[in-house]
Amino acid sequence: MADTMMPNSDGAPGWIRRNRQALAPFLFLLPGVLFFLFYVIFPILQSFNLSFYRWDGLGEPVYIGAENYIELLDDRAFEVSIWNNLKWLLMYLLAIPAGLAIALFLNQNVVGIRLYKSLFFFPFVISQVVVGLVFSWFYDPTFGLLNQILGFFGLGTLNVLGDPNLVTYGIILAGLWPQTAYCMILYLTGLNAVDPEQVEAARLDGAKGFKMLWYVIIPQLRPATFIAFVVTIIGALRSFDLISIMTNGGPFGSSRVLSFYMFEKALSEYGFRMGYGAAIAVVLFLIMLLFIAYFLWSMYEEEKGGR
Amino acid sequence: MFPRPIQKSSSAWAATYQAMVPMALVLWLLPLIAVAVFSIKPDVDFTTGNYWGWPSSFKGFENYGKVFFASDMPRYLLNSVLITVPTVIGAVALSCMTGFALGVYKFRGNLLLFFMFVAGNFVPFQILMVPVRDLTLDMGLYNTKTGLVLFHVAFQTGFCTLFMRNFIRALPFELIEAARVEGVAEWRIFWFVVLPLMKPAIAALSVLIFTFIWNDYFWAVVLTQGAESQPVTAGITSFNAQYRAAYHLMSAGSIVAALPPVAMFFLMQRHFIAGLTLGAVK
Repeated sequence: MADTMMPNSDGAPGWIRRNRQALAPFLFLLPGVLFFLFYVIFPILQSFNLSFYRWDGLGEPVYIGAENYIELLDDRAFEVSIWNNLKWLLMYLLAIPAGLAIALFLNQNVVGIRLYKSLFFFPFVISQVVVGLVFSWFYDPTFGLLNQILGFFGLGTLNVLGDPNLVTYGIILAGLWPQTAYCMILYLTGLNAVDPEQVEAARLDGAKGFKMLWYVIIPQLRPATFIAFVVTIIGALRSFDLISIMTNGGPFGSSRVLSFYMFEKALSEYGFRMGYGAAIAVVLFLIMLLFIAYFLWSMYEEEKGGR
Repeated sequence: MFPRPIQKSSSAWAATYQAMVPMALVLWLLPLIAVAVFSIKPDVDFTTGNYWGWPSSFKGFENYGKVFFASDMPRYLLNSVLITVPTVIGAVALSCMTGFALGVYKFRGNLLLFFMFVAGNFVPFQILMVPVRDLTLDMGLYNTKTGLVLFHVAFQTGFCTLFMRNFIRALPFELIEAARVEGVAEWRIFWFVVLPLMKPAIAALSVLIFTFIWNDYFWAVVLTQGAESQPVTAGITSFNAQYRAAYHLMSAGSIVAALPPVAMFFLMQRHFIAGLTLGAVK
């Protein structure tokens, strides 16, 4: 009683002082949560809602039920985009073993290795727009470095970005460049923390080379692998910049993915079909949700073990 | 250490390794080196087909001079700065608070809120595109830097909260408890006890967010148009349209656009890597 009547050091009234520990988190969270709800959570719900409307972005939206989704089922371009998304997902995962390989290659203590490591990481730091430009010149059929090299070996020319069968792989390869750099840095950090005593013990038991890597090292790299997996999956499904810069979806729409096709439908010169675009975005979101749910579940399992 | 230290192998193999590393690096960065070489070549090399040979003359100063003094590039660069810096400050400030609240207090729905931030940070941008563009239009902020900044702050708060909360969790909780026993107000604990300990996390997040936002292309295209508010990632495409087939200028422009995050990375390397690899080691 007496305690609450006493003037406090910071002059807070009694009620606030008594409930301070319950109020504080609420106040600290308020601005961040409001921002996030306003710009991220509500828009997700709005997109779900919008996918049941026909809307050109200007006039009044018209409710059309599931028509957008029914149209998707027969949309060739949508089918192409889904397949390309699948290619992105599978091929992008190559960044993980590639990153591990480079990390193993660079995990030495020689003069200047620190600088080499940061230079290997370089591609991740530059924007995908620049990566896209650099690679479209690399592939250029008239002067691109790729064709210079092919020509040197007498293999003829290859118009990677002009060939509907090759174009997606060409863009994915460009995407793998920075992504591999990212995975490499994750594994370099992970390798740094590998328990040297376990390695020595295994060495005394005669383990070496690939066996050592598989049974001793990789299990210890689990946290790094998990993060590499998360960022690679997210990166693969988010791919937009490279496609927009390198081919703009072409040739003949053969390099579209869902994220690009959605943008095209909703905001490009082909007309503002916001509702249809939203329906495509919802499909992409649901695919992503499978992975997000898995990531959250893994995090939850870990939290249970913690404080 | 794995693989086995090279020093323990034969000296021949060690020497081979020493030679292999720079060679691998050159191969790895070949596309980038090509652009760097392009950017110092004269115009005439491209018309005569001397793409890959030695530059017939050094025109680096002319090419970069053109980028800086005869194009909209400085404008775009300034826009990028004016978008990136406020976003970094906003997102880091908000997430210091949310991270503190979620990391220190026990209350119902704590984990749920945390997972909301984490999940929101993973969603595809496209599901936000139409509503956010609409919202920005309604607020009269379409094609303004403010509109872009507000959205970036909100979206990055997801990732930053994840980062900050996990960082605060790893701090010694006894410090906070001791302060409470002393009767220190909660906001004072935040300001005087926790915030000073968060400096490394703030540094790491700042460089990361700087790079992410500087390199953003999608939202720049969705929420802005024209040189008065577009950042350099979007600007480079109009720059390239202006100098179509002038590869020496396009290369110089690309290098200029890519440079600030690169400089940031080299200056703050330790923090940058610590930020990117948070959680990669248990």
